[in-house]
Amino acid sequence: MNENAKARLAGNLLSLAHKLGLFIAMAIICLPGLWIVLASFRPTVEIMAKPPVWIPQDLSLDAYVAMFSGVGQGGIPVIDYFSNSLIVSITSTVISLAIGMAGGYAFARFRFRAKSSIFLGLMLTRTVPGIALSLPLFFVYSKLGIIDTHFGLILAYVALNVPFTIWLIDGFFRQVPKDLAEAAQIDGCTRWQAFWQVEFPLAGPGIASAGIFAFLTSWNEFALASQLTRSINSKTLPVGLLDYTAEFTIDWRGMCALAVVMIIPALVLTFIVQKHLVSGLTSGAVKG
Amino acid sequence: MATVSLQKLVKRYGALEIVHGIDLEVADREFIALVGPSGCGKSTTLRMIAGLEPISGGNLKIGGRIVNDLPPRARNISMVFQSYALYPHMTVRENMGFSLKIAGMKSEEIAPRVEEAARTLDLTHLLDRRPSQLSGGQRQRVAMGRAIVRNPDVFLFDEPLSNLDAKLRTQLRTEIKKLHAKVQSTVIYVTHDQVEAMTLADRIVIMRDGHIEQVGTPEEVFQRPASKFVAGFIGSPPMNLKDAEIADGRVVFVNGDSLPLPRRFADRVTAGRKVTFGLRPDDLYPAGHGIHSGQEADVHKADLRVSITEPLGNETLVFSEHGGAEWVGRMLNPRRLRAGETLPFCFDLSQAHLFDRETGRTLRG
Repeated sequence: MNENAKARLAGNLLSLAHKLGLFIAMAIICLPGLWIVLASFRPTVEIMAKPPVWIPQDLSLDAYVAMFSGVGQGGIPVIDYFSNSLIVSITSTVISLAIGMAGGYAFARFRFRAKSSIFLGLMLTRTVPGIALSLPLFFVYSKLGIIDTHFGLILAYVALNVPFTIWLIDGFFRQVPKDLAEAAQIDGCTRWQAFWQVEFPLAGPGIASAGIFAFLTSWNEFALASQLTRSINSKTLPVGLLDYTAEFTIDWRGMCALAVVMIIPALVLTFIVQKHLVSGLTSGAVKG
Repeated sequence: MATVSLQKLVKRYGALEIVHGIDLEVADREFIALVGPSGCGKSTTLRMIAGLEPISGGNLKIGGRIVNDLPPRARNISMVFQSYALYPHMTVRENMGFSLKIAGMKSEEIAPRVEEAARTLDLTHLLDRRPSQLSGGQRQRVAMGRAIVRNPDVFLFDEPLSNLDAKLRTQLRTEIKKLHAKVQSTVIYVTHDQVEAMTLADRIVIMRDGHIEQVGTPEEVFQRPASKFVAGFIGSPPMNLKDAEIADGRVVFVNGDSLPLPRRFADRVTAGRKVTFGLRPDDLYPAGHGIHSGQEADVHKADLRVSITEPLGNETLVFSEHGGAEWVGRMLNPRRLRAGETLPFCFDLSQAHLFDRETGRTLRG
């Protein structure tokens, strides 16, 4: 065997090893998700069996039927929870993005006093764990009377998301060359038009990722929501999961079914936005 | 079409003054090049004319109208950036038509103008591509197309060719010259490349540290540089500039070697004056191999030892030692030289320059 053949073989083996490694990593990441979907279709006995039953014996849609069959018949007000989640997540995402775009643009483009301190301060807010805020927030909210309202939850999530959206969008605006906005102004745009016609489309992928992130944070958030919501007025899906726990029992199958209902919109959104996440859109703007 | 007039134009960033009150009159349809080393304020000046930098003092007039505080869109100018600054999310067609679209023109009015500009710049086959699919030269042509489509009063170029390789640069330089002949607009062209400035411009403005050193035609700045700085900046290879002192009708260099005082300076300088002596490589040549071939009256001959040669085909640059410093000369119709060879050289003193060593200004008067 000559040197070239050896090198080729080594290359092939290495690539095979990479693929195998990736497969194992992906399996570890994906297995819990798969397990939840499977568990939502099978009876508790099978879910709790030891050793685990890998191949499902007895699949049914009972959990889903029960979930939607209304309160008192083993169901939970899933439609209300769902719409609460949707209203809270979408509104807080839109507001976080609006503030994030304005803030990110300002940090990327303008010079002002104490800029880096303000930026650092924003980042520091991210170091406080959400759960640590739940008690103070609860007191403040109860004084203000905004416990168990959409408004209260939206406010909390906007505050949670804004530092992140600003940070992420700032990075993307930095990548859009300043020359482009200047060229647009020379071409007759106002500053405002230059932003919407040139800089916004180019920072689009970043804004989309910030949007996904903000949406998922709000959609999945449990710790704060469990304190700040009380009833079907504002309870979101993650809090709704608790409805499946009773004093002595936990309906694992029902919980998994609700989890699947929660995952679907997040997946759909990610797929929709995915095509906007194509980065490298700015290549070719400047130089060669 | 318009004149551009800079009156005591100042740019300050906080306490730091970058451009110190410069005056410049650009005639209608004139091609003006601003040259100077980096940091001399030429780009800042251009950006003030464009409206991209606020003006800290003085007046800027375009077409006789003061435009100091007008935004770029109200100045009817267009600009070609060094980085091209093409919109990556638009096709070439959309890039070129963007300004017209913003101006509210209908697409059936835009299309013929874009196509006309594309024909001028030979871009027709590229109209539906995106900037990322173009080469550097093509991108720069699109940037120029975007500028000419709107028939601006003034074209501004900010080092448009400095990202291109040497060959493409020469080619596009010619295109810019043709373009100017065709569209007949006023052009202000910033470059650090003196060859570009010399070949393109009607007049050259040489800037240094936020001041204008000299304004003149390419011939003027080459043949009659107002200062040592201009003399060293314009011309390639640069002028030989050597510190010396005047004594007994001679120019005496630091190590004691000397040359006769050029005749036209005879009654301009007195003994003991500290000067910088300047001689272009074209005016220092091995006997029989010069432009002036030794016919002029004021030629000094001396034997010099060749240290290095740089053959360029039609000519050879010859480095040799005199007065304790290295001089570069230009040998036309060259023959092969050996390093270490000693040759009779002609110093054409009728072409020599003297500058005041303190102020750097020319002593020609």
